[in-house]
Amino acid sequence: MARPVSANDNDNANDDDDGVTTLAEHIASAEVLVCCGSGGVGKTTSAAALGMHAALLGRRAVVVTIDPAKRLADALGVPGGLSNEPTKLDVPGEGELWALMLDTATTFDGLVRAHAADPEQAERILANGFYRNVAGSLSGTQEYMAAERLHALHNDERFDLVIVDTPPTRNALDFLDAPGTITKFIDHPLFKLLMMPTRRGMKVLNVAAQPILRTIGKVVGGDVLADAVAFFQAFGGMETGFRRRADEVMALLHSDVTRFVLVASPRADTIEEACYFANRLAASDLEVAAVVVNRCTPTFGEPPPRRPRTPAAVALYTNLVELRTNAATEREQAAALLVATGIPHGTHTTWVQTLPGDVHTLEALSTIRSILFD
Amino acid sequence: MDPLQFVTTARVAIVAGKGGVGKTTVTAVLARAAIRRGLRVLAVELDGKPALGNLLPGVEVQQLSATAALAEYLDTHGLSRVTKRLASRGIIDVVATASPGIDDIVVLGKIKQLERSGLYDLVIVDGPAAGHAITFLLAAKSLLASVRSGPINSQASEVLAMLSDPSRCQVVLVTLPETTPVNEAVETAYALEERVGVHLGPVVVNSVDAGEPLDVEAAPAESPMRLAAEFRNARRALHGTECARLAEELALPQLHLPTVPGSGLSAGSIDSLADEWPAP
Repeated sequence: MARPVSANDNDNANDDDDGVTTLAEHIASAEVLVCCGSGGVGKTTSAAALGMHAALLGRRAVVVTIDPAKRLADALGVPGGLSNEPTKLDVPGEGELWALMLDTATTFDGLVRAHAADPEQAERILANGFYRNVAGSLSGTQEYMAAERLHALHNDERFDLVIVDTPPTRNALDFLDAPGTITKFIDHPLFKLLMMPTRRGMKVLNVAAQPILRTIGKVVGGDVLADAVAFFQAFGGMETGFRRRADEVMALLHSDVTRFVLVASPRADTIEEACYFANRLAASDLEVAAVVVNRCTPTFGEPPPRRPRTPAAVALYTNLVELRTNAATEREQAAALLVATGIPHGTHTTWVQTLPGDVHTLEALSTIRSILFD
Repeated sequence: MDPLQFVTTARVAIVAGKGGVGKTTVTAVLARAAIRRGLRVLAVELDGKPALGNLLPGVEVQQLSATAALAEYLDTHGLSRVTKRLASRGIIDVVATASPGIDDIVVLGKIKQLERSGLYDLVIVDGPAAGHAITFLLAAKSLLASVRSGPINSQASEVLAMLSDPSRCQVVLVTLPETTPVNEAVETAYALEERVGVHLGPVVVNSVDAGEPLDVEAAPAESPMRLAAEFRNARRALHGTECARLAEELALPQLHLPTVPGSGLSAGSIDSLADEWPAP
């Protein structure tokens, strides 16, 4: 299959005389890399290629993906797919590359078991219908569990670099907020209401009889609400452990061993999304370590000085010129957008040319790795 | 034959597909093409950043937010006093978490209201992002199973009636002519038909590079012209193969949109893409 030759039209690993830390240098020194960006920009593929490079550098890397489409598994050529436990992959280099697919609910269950006062409390929570919804579908839970998991893997002696592929949603970085947001339901008004010493000496158990809750129950169904109340009650006492853990995760994300990589494509909407994340990081006093722009139109060197004569050659000439023009327009517009929408000037940016086919084999992934770094 | 005939057979078209395939582009192009046929069009975008307004000047665009729709719903169902006592955001979270899908149902309920209003010939919805389309459309069925009576139950039944009636609503799937996106489109199509029971309209394949193969022999090996031609041929071949495979695996009409060079979409590029589907 034809491949672009001038893969190295990047401000990549080799031209760092201006004091900018390159992506390759981050991979050599970081302990946690967080990849963020919108869907469809090859974020999972980039995360895997970064891991592959880390293994070449002799590091023991693990890639955490949350992507339900199992695309990382495709890209890594894992036959049985990935599970919640790290699988070691067969990649070149002195180091190692492992990968896992985050199972949010299982991770959350583990956290509940770890923080429960006794197994009975844990079981009471795990069996609760409202808890199952929190663990499975509450917005923010997935992101929180990803952060929790990266913390656990960071402490795991098998690995010295954890690469996280965040979910393709705007709230992917919400775990950077104060632990109050991380443990959203602990700070929930309903939780506070249930745990508050009540004015009229009302027992916590009778709280469900409150008019507010009765009214909500009428709309959504009484059982549903009873489950919620039971959950918040069962959770009582665990919030301290959850909060402490959340503080540790926060400290890791804010420490200088953690770096954030933005992934985009030349399309305006994906760059705007990347910049949204950059601003989100800035709001938490964090900065973007590097930007990767995937799916760029390839360029193939200069066209011949004279326009050819035969119709067949003219068609090739026109095609080359068209691709070069498209690539230049795209690059110029994308670079301007990056600056205009707030990516700090001088942030290390790697432009990755698109391959003519899909990246779903280790070989293709290895090509991506070499486009990124060689 | 009008390429848009399949899109306009129902009053509601929900555009669905994985992130990055160009749902918003396709929504805008379909809306523009429908307007050129004299239809009264409403474009609807769900939670997220507003984009359709800029792409569709002069077209009515409405934003539906799940949180706002649920708040409004609770307000009109006797909870206005409650929202004053607790932060309304908090209540919404509890309610939405207590019955997953309730926020989707109120959004679909709003869409149904717009469909029934008689103000529009086509309500075209830029569907929810990523893998959320299936859960979004499944919400009515799941809620009917868990909430047996009351206002949510009747809302869900009415939404389900709309979703399962091909003359009222259909889903337009969007994909790219590449291996993984085609696989995902096929999986989504089966899930939507079998589990949701919704009628599927045409599949829109976005960013197709079509054209005859170039004669690579006309330039010397390894020359820029030759390499560029090989790249272009490989991409066109892949796009051709993937469109054919999609046709084989999904018996649905296909509509194609060409690749647009450059990084940005504008009202102008939507206009020229709409030229691809001329009115008869």
